[in-house]
Order: sequence, then structure tokens, then C-alpha cells
Amino acid sequence: MNDQYLHDVIRDAEAAFEASPETRTQTLGRRSFLKLTGLAGGGLALAFYLEGGTQALAAQASGEFAPNGFIHISPDGSILIYSKNPEIGQGIKTAFPMIIAEELDADWEDVRVEQAPIDQAVYGRQAAGGSRSIPSSWDQLRQAGAVARAMLVAAAAQEWGVPAGECRTEKSAVIHSRSGRRLGYGELANRAAALPVPDPKSLTLKERADYRLLGTRVTGVDNYKLVTGQPLFGIDQVVPDMLYATYTKCPAPGGRVGQANLDEIRSLPGVKQAFVLEGNGQLAELRPGVAIVANSTWAAISAKQQLRVTWDESEAAKDSWSDAVKRARELANQSGSEILGETGDTAKAFSSAAKTVEAFYTYPFVSHAPLEPQNCTAWYRDGVMDIWAPTQTPQRGLTSVAKMLDIPEDRITIHQTRVGGGFGRRLMNDSMCEAATISKQIGAPVKLQWTREDDMAHDFYRVGGFHSFKGAVDDSGKLSAWEDHFVTFSSDGQKPVTGGNMSTSEFPLPLIANFRLTQTLLPLVTPCGPWRAPRSNAVAFAGQCFFHELAVAAGRDHLEFLLEVMGKPRWLDPGSSRALNTGRAADVIRLAAEKAGWGKSLPEGRGLGLAFYFSHAGHFAEIAEVSVGASKKLTVHKVTVAADVGPIVNLSGAENQCQGAVIDGFSTMLGLELSIENGRVQESNFDQYPLLQLAHAPEVEVHFIQSDFPPTGLGEPALPPAAPAICNAIFAASGHRVRELPLSREGFSV
Amino acid sequence: MPTLRLSVNGQEHSVEEVDPLTPLLWVLRDSLGLSGTKFGCGGGFCGACTVHLDGSPVRSCSILATSAVGRKITTIEGLAGDDGTLHPLQEAWIEHDVPQCGYCQAGQIMSAAALLESNSVPSDAEIDAAMTGLCRCGTYNRIRLAINSAVQKMSNTSARKEGGA
Repeated sequence: MNDQYLHDVIRDAEAAFEASPETRTQTLGRRSFLKLTGLAGGGLALAFYLEGGTQALAAQASGEFAPNGFIHISPDGSILIYSKNPEIGQGIKTAFPMIIAEELDADWEDVRVEQAPIDQAVYGRQAAGGSRSIPSSWDQLRQAGAVARAMLVAAAAQEWGVPAGECRTEKSAVIHSRSGRRLGYGELANRAAALPVPDPKSLTLKERADYRLLGTRVTGVDNYKLVTGQPLFGIDQVVPDMLYATYTKCPAPGGRVGQANLDEIRSLPGVKQAFVLEGNGQLAELRPGVAIVANSTWAAISAKQQLRVTWDESEAAKDSWSDAVKRARELANQSGSEILGETGDTAKAFSSAAKTVEAFYTYPFVSHAPLEPQNCTAWYRDGVMDIWAPTQTPQRGLTSVAKMLDIPEDRITIHQTRVGGGFGRRLMNDSMCEAATISKQIGAPVKLQWTREDDMAHDFYRVGGFHSFKGAVDDSGKLSAWEDHFVTFSSDGQKPVTGGNMSTSEFPLPLIANFRLTQTLLPLVTPCGPWRAPRSNAVAFAGQCFFHELAVAAGRDHLEFLLEVMGKPRWLDPGSSRALNTGRAADVIRLAAEKAGWGKSLPEGRGLGLAFYFSHAGHFAEIAEVSVGASKKLTVHKVTVAADVGPIVNLSGAENQCQGAVIDGFSTMLGLELSIENGRVQESNFDQYPLLQLAHAPEVEVHFIQSDFPPTGLGEPALPPAAPAICNAIFAASGHRVRELPLSREGFSV
Repeated sequence: MPTLRLSVNGQEHSVEEVDPLTPLLWVLRDSLGLSGTKFGCGGGFCGACTVHLDGSPVRSCSILATSAVGRKITTIEGLAGDDGTLHPLQEAWIEHDVPQCGYCQAGQIMSAAALLESNSVPSDAEIDAAMTGLCRCGTYNRIRLAINSAVQKMSNTSARKEGGA
């Protein structure tokens, strides 16, 4: 910081104090009401108006400043940090404020965290998906903390009449090193608020070696509320005089309401209204159905159980999973009709191969099944809509509701709630569209509650798929050719459904000299969507099990075979730090091997299995240790995870994500599948869709290589390697090669 | 429709106009505003709605509110002491940062609390048998860790008490 900077700080501060609190109240509007009360005691608040997503412009607790920013430091020393993105269990509500607090040099004990309101102009992107929150906000949040810190330092320097460069910060205080003087952030807050905002680009951010908070274990900021049962989730929202609703749709997507016993439903106790909605033609927004509005959740659910609807299914889905399986098997020996990519000369490689392996892999449709069933509370009155929603994409939901109901976007407020599980399901805002429509129709606040059966019947599923592989190893035992005929689904006959796509950039294709990837599309109406680590969650199973088959055929150790394919350390796309780096890959593979004791001798019936996968810019190697007993009784003792996602923000949260992803992966591969017939998902609740229980969960041990590459997200990439690692371990333990999921289909049980 | 008298977390409540078929879950959540008990499946499969009835764990989505009349109901909101002192399980859940989305955790804690009430030092197999509630996020490693940690603390505390007596 130089003198010119201080001069600018003082000049801008004078201008910033001009506007009165009254002006502020008028310009804030109701969106910012909560934050305004927070400012009543004065202090420093920082808001960031994003221009092009990078530039911070305003940061004064006065004037035109909208206090719904990132940081508010009160004169009493408390530091309020707003976490902007939805908390869906990925730990972002704790991680984001930690990033700010690190650069701010705040004492974590002084920090209080609140969920930010939805405001694109202030916060930019507010969404949870694609493991993008940390990578896309890393610089922005560090800059927010650094800017606030610089202003506090400037305030202290001004107070003491010393150069800012002589000051340092620690634990929410500025210290003048030479004189030992010390002022807490609270004491400096009002003075700092009078100063202008420095250009964040002028500030130097910390080196990783200087981190005090990042990389440590911090317990989740909502944990106290969670363990004492305080309301946090969408389902917990209460609006005075609100009503309760259910919404019943055709079990086959695309079906419309024919006849319904609405008069009978209206006469049931507690029922206020029952009516048909035609839908807006969008499966991801408002499907046709019957709304029942009642004076309690139970009255609405109870009436729903007595609802009788004759559906018009003339345009509804007729999809059949068993037919698709038959068709895919028929296609197994052919190439796909469409060539997605080809490199080298596979025909030549096969003709000179020492060993050739062919295998057909299958994985089923699965549901997201977040434990909090879809719900949404909406309140429409006087042209204004308030919505309380557990959603991963609040901004997109707002746009949908505005368009669908013809309400200007600035008349809609989305209140972020904690989300009882996302996994990609809540990228869609169908329940929000339904609740908003019902509230507008009845002119009253309403909480829409889906049942578990609704949730499983009307998901955007992880699509099933089939891979017909042919691979070769040459005389020297090297992988020499790879063919994959991918049979997937399409709703338009042109391109695969979401999550059902393959590309030549999918690991390990870019590392194979001779490969051929072809595709066949089967028709599908059932809606599909992103499911935790879309595409990779399924493709990793098929591809990394087949990869192991080739290592076995070559008579090679899997670890050695895998490292050989990685080759020398390099970026596969030199221009992108989000690309696969074979050196990082090899490092996590070696680390997992070391920690899991790869190569150790194990008793009969026990084995280790390895898989590496690269998704969402994360490098992950996992090794499973399993036993296979009589009657295919399976025990997964332990899964060792080694990962490189750059620097770790919250070590506790990061480990939790990896442990959870591995257990999610095992739960899904073990016993979860949806059988779709006549357009209907047959499974309706957890008795038919048996998530893993605690008794069968493996111990998951997590090791991070904390590299200095830019951080990448952790919500997803630990999941894909789990299934192939476990299947490869089953092979090592029993000699049984799993080529179809779930494992229960092949007779395995826990 | 009848009026129900329910004893919840040491307080007597009168709930009017209750459909006799209403599951206890919805009386707790909608009528009494105790939303810590969660709705997950409505079929008794997931355990998110677990509460104590006379100290035993029950899935409140699958029992009628009328069947809880005259019995002592404890929900997650009533697990801590009257002075706000957290149950050792609640403390352990925070210490080990168990939750991810957190939606199932009230039910998990209530299941664990009932277990420890009847069995102060459960074996791994006994924990397995008692903890059948589903966690979609897969926090099972930490749930086990937190239970064992609470068991340790509680046995230390009771050993101290016995030693002092």
C-alpha cells in the first residue's frame, strides 16, 4: 500500500459518507430488509457489485450501498459473513466464509454466517452444481476478504498516523508491529467504513503456507441448529395463515388429467380446494396435475390418497427398461451407428494383438432420492411473489416462475433455505413452479409437499446405459486398442439425454493411441438429468472395470498398467488447469497404493481393487478392500481415497464429501435400480429402493495431496471411482467379474 | 374430530380437531411447530422422523398421534437439558462434524440416544442393529465415530461420579 492509495482512500471516504440513512432505506426495498437491520449498529459492510464478475466497486456502510453483501463487521467486533450459494450438504455455507475469513485474518470465533439473499447483481452466480462453487468463487471470495482487510489496515494506519505497510493483522485485529499497538476490527469498523474500496487487483493475496484457517477442520456452521432440531430446511418454512398442498401428476410423464373425483375430494375434512392445472408444456416446470389445498399437510396427503384420476396417456411415455436391455444386447456385437471419435488404427492394432477382450457392461436408471422430498412454500399477493425453496438453482427458478406466471422478476423474491440433499435433483425447479402456480391461483400462502412416492415417480433420473467393449494388449503387454460401442438414450433422436452422453475426452480415451468410440441412441421419453458426477458416475464403472480386465488379460499388475497408460507427467490440455494432468494422476494413484497397502498378501476370499478417475477437474484414485464369502456375501471393509483437488478449504468438510461420495457410490451400485415399464417407474419408496444402511458402510480413509493448483470442487469427483474399485476388488477376491449393476442383480448381498 | 392431549418434551399440549388417522409426525410438525422431526418417506423406512415414546425409538410417520396419548414423547427439540446443556451425542455430532445436508441427523441422534439409554456401552454390532436410519449423504463413518465418542465421554462422566460418591 502506498501513499497514493491512502490519499485515494480518504478522498473516496468523504464522498461515501454523503448519503443519509433515510436515503438508504428508500433505495433498499424489501429484498434488503434483513441486512438493513443488521447495520443498525453501524460498522463496516462490504458489498460487491460485479461487473464482468470480477470488479468490486462499492463497500461503504452508507450511501447507495446495498448492505446485502458479503461481509459486515460491527463495532462490537462481530463479523457477519453472508454465504451466497445454496447449502445442499456440500458444506459450502462453512467453506465460503472460511475463504473470506482467511484473507480477512478474522478470528473464526468472531464470525457468524448467514445465508445470503438471492441477488444476481450483488453476488453473481448463486447455484450449487457441477462442483463449481469453490473454483468459480475462489478469487472473488479471497478478494472480498482481502479488500476488507486492506480497509481495516488503512483505518488503523490512519488512526495511528503510521504507514499501512508497518501494520499486520491477526485474529480480527490490526497490529502496529513497531509500537505493539493493537486495534480490534470492531474498533476500526466505523472508520474503515468511511474509506473507499481499493482495487482488489492491487492487493496481494496470501500464499498457501501462510494460511491459518484454510486446511484446518471446522465444524459446519449450521451444526448446532441441526442437532437441536431448529428449522432450517425448505420443509420447515412457516408463513402465517399458510395452507398446505399436494400435487398429483400422471405416473407416466407426458400424461394429462382426464377425469378426477374432485367433488369427493373437496368434501373431505380439511380440504379447502381441489383443481386441475394444465401445465405449461415443460416437464421441468409445470406438468399437468391435480392440486389439493388443505389446512394441514396430513389433510392434503390423506385427500391425495383418495384421489382417483383417469389419465389421458395418449402422449405419455411408454418407455420400457426391459425392452431397452433386450435391444442393447442385440446391438452388442455391432458398431454404433454414429462415430463419436476415432484415433489411430484400431483394426491394425486388433489384428496384431497378443490378447483381445470383449465385454458388455450395463448400468440401470437410478433416482436422486434426496431425503428431503421436494417441497416449496410460495406466497403470492398484490402482484408480488415470495418463495421459500430448497433449490440448487434459485436464480434459474426465479426466471422460470417469472416467465410462467408473467410476473416481473423484480417482484419475485426467492428465500434460500438449507437443502436436504441435492445430488442434482434440485437443479430442476418443478416443485417451485407448482407451488408458485397454486399460490397465485388461490391467492394465499401455500406449502406444497411432495410425498416420497411423488419424489421417486417424478424425478429427472440418472439414465441407464450399455457399453460394448473390445480391447487389445500387444506382445509387450501394453494396452494397444480400445473400442466402445455406447448404447444410450435420446428424447429427440438427435443427441443423448442429459447425463447419457460420452465424449472422446472421457478418461481414459485421450491416453489411448488407437481407440474408436461409437454410439447408438434408443428412444426415451422419461426425463433424465444430472445425477452426482453426471456421466462419469456410470461410465467410470464400465470403463475402469474393463480397463482392469485388460490388465488381467495382459498378466499385468493393475497399478503398473495404469501408471504406464498415464505416461510421463503432462497436461492433456496444456491451456487449462481444469484438464487431466497425468503427473497429478500418477501421484494420487501411488499415494492410494501406498496407504492401502497395494500388493500386500490377503487371505483367501479377500482382495484389493483399484480405480482412478478424473471428473470435475478432480484427480481421484481409490482402492477398495473387500471380502466375498459363501453365496456371494460381500463385505467392503475399507475404501482408501487419494485425491488432488488443489488446496483444501475445510479439511473436515472435504473428507466428509469424499467419505459420503464413496458410500453413495457403494449404496447405488449395491442395490439401487429403477425398472421402468409402460412409462412408469415401478419403485416407489425406500423399501423397494434400499439405500445402504450404517451396518454395511465401509470405512473410508481420505488422503489429500494439497497442491498449489487452483482449487477444484469436491461434491462429485470422489464418487465415480468407487464402483469400479469395488468391482475390481470383487474380482481379486473371488474371480467373479461384475459387468452389470446393481450387484444385487448378480446375486451379491451384504 | 377429537382433541388430543399430548405430553411432548415435558410439556402438556392440547391439539384440537385432529383427524384420528393423523400420524404423530404431522401433529408434531404442523400443529405443535416442532419441525426438527423430519418427513422422509412416510412408510417407516428411513428413520428421519424418529422420536422417543416412553424412551423407546419410534418412527413417528408410522404411528397414529392418538396412540401417543398418555405417553411421554421426546423429540430432538427436547433432547438437550432444560438449561440448554446439549446431550453428549449432540456435542459429539458437532465435534465430529457429522452432518452433510443434515436432514436425517435429528432422526439419527434420536435413534442413538435411545440406544445409549438402554445400552450405555454398545458393541459395533449393537450400533449396527440400532442405527437403521438412512443417510443419503453417507455420513455413516462419522455417525459411528460420534456415537463411540459420546459413549466414551458418558462413561468417563459416570466413572467420575461413581468415583466421587
